[in-house]
Amino acid sequence: MPKLKVALYWAASCGGCEIATLAIGERILQLAEAADIVFWPVAIDAKYKDVEEMEDGSIDACLFNGAVRNSENEHMARLLRQKSKILIAYGSCAYEGCIPGLANFFNARAILECAFLETASTDNGGKTLPQPKFNVPEGELDLPVLYDTVKTLAQVVDVDYSVPGCPPEESATWMALEALISGKLPPRGAVIAPPATAVCNDCPRIKNEKKVRAFHRTYEIVPDPDKCLLEQGLLCCGVGTRGGCGALCPRAGMPCTGCYGPVEGVRDQGSHLLSAWASIIDSNDPDEIKNILDGIVDPAGSAYRYSLPASMINRARVKP
Amino acid sequence: MTDFEPKIVAFLCNWCSYRGADLAGTSRIKCAANVRAIRVMCSGRVEPAFILRAFELGADGVLVLGCHPGDCHYAEGNYKALRRMTLLKRALAQLGIEEDRFRLDWVSASEGDRFSHIVNEMTEKVRELGPYKPREEARVAQA
Ligand code: SF4
Ligand code: SF4
Ligand code: FES
Repeated sequence: MPKLKVALYWAASCGGCEIATLAIGERILQLAEAADIVFWPVAIDAKYKDVEEMEDGSIDACLFNGAVRNSENEHMARLLRQKSKILIAYGSCAYEGCIPGLANFFNARAILECAFLETASTDNGGKTLPQPKFNVPEGELDLPVLYDTVKTLAQVVDVDYSVPGCPPEESATWMALEALISGKLPPRGAVIAPPATAVCNDCPRIKNEKKVRAFHRTYEIVPDPDKCLLEQGLLCCGVGTRGGCGALCPRAGMPCTGCYGPVEGVRDQGSHLLSAWASIIDSNDPDEIKNILDGIVDPAGSAYRYSLPASMINRARVKP
Repeated sequence: MTDFEPKIVAFLCNWCSYRGADLAGTSRIKCAANVRAIRVMCSGRVEPAFILRAFELGADGVLVLGCHPGDCHYAEGNYKALRRMTLLKRALAQLGIEEDRFRLDWVSASEGDRFSHIVNEMTEKVRELGPYKPREEARVAQA
């Protein structure tokens, strides 16, 4: 059997997914046996123009991590779609927008001004902002244009599979790679991760009836080591998050922040979390409910931490 | 803007508010024709996702009506709705959706007049706000 041709790319991401790919450990040798890596900016020296010169569909599979938030990301998303038989949104950024997607609470101008003008540590006397085009004696230089709205990969091009996680656990990464190597692919459109319901189902903490009279931030309390964190008033996302990670965070004493995305069959993870958190408030009095909810300082940011671009209201409506 | 007719999706609980709406009709109380009613068994059945989906599909406003506190047919459903919608309202504000586009209120089976009052009031407030544009892209800041 001829070797598979595989590409890996990063768009708007943190680099964690690159490292997550290596978490498969020595099984990387199995991958190397079955596949040639034809493009992987972080590890091999192939240029964009090398990809441009490839035949359409000549890459068997591309693992694309990162969201699409500038013109370069978009160009590469379209290019790699064109060149790849199978395109996989690898990791939460490509799959649902993830942390870069929180930029959808703002717009490009607000973000640039914050980063280049307003931060206390910035000394930018000339008030210079990045320019998409700039003339120097040697000619015109260009930079990618930052978009107002962060998009998921599937909002820009057709995606064949998604792998959840920020970053994906090696169990999910290996499931995807093994499927590619063996050719035993799940139905198109599938989210590739170990079968599971919600994180709570994998969580060993003791669960009782959930009734909460106060919400806390993680630094404010030392939680009981055995009891459900949500019952202790910590905003745990396990109730509305796809399992498959093994409930890593609540096992380590930290509430799940929701990185595996919505449970199967749910589209809007954040609204389900808001619903679950509010439902367990132990009060029927409108004012008391408001007071208790004051403990959730950033409702939308906490519920949509990883999924704002993929959600039903994909961005905040902000003044231009 | 004068010919803008808001589309308002209203989730009405079967046991009180839907009957209140019925009563408004059979009593021939004048009522803005902007509401598209969806009957649900209880206001506690209304998931926040329903409201977001209504906005996503082009509603200009969303109304949830249930039995008065203490009167829910399932005892607790409207309290759950109260808690959920209070939090949802805060999240909607963060997403830039104006407060007047979403309302939770209580209408009993005998309150046809109250139903029409709420519907008319909401319609006028949403009319003032103008159309809600789902998936509106903020203007591209960099030319
Ligand atoms: S700690 Fe979190 S994941 Fe574990 S049972 Fe409670 S809510 Fe679920
Ligand atoms: S517990 Fe939640 S945040 Fe932690 S790895 Fe699992 S899905 Fe992600
Ligand atoms: S039945 Fe009317 S609110 Fe529950």
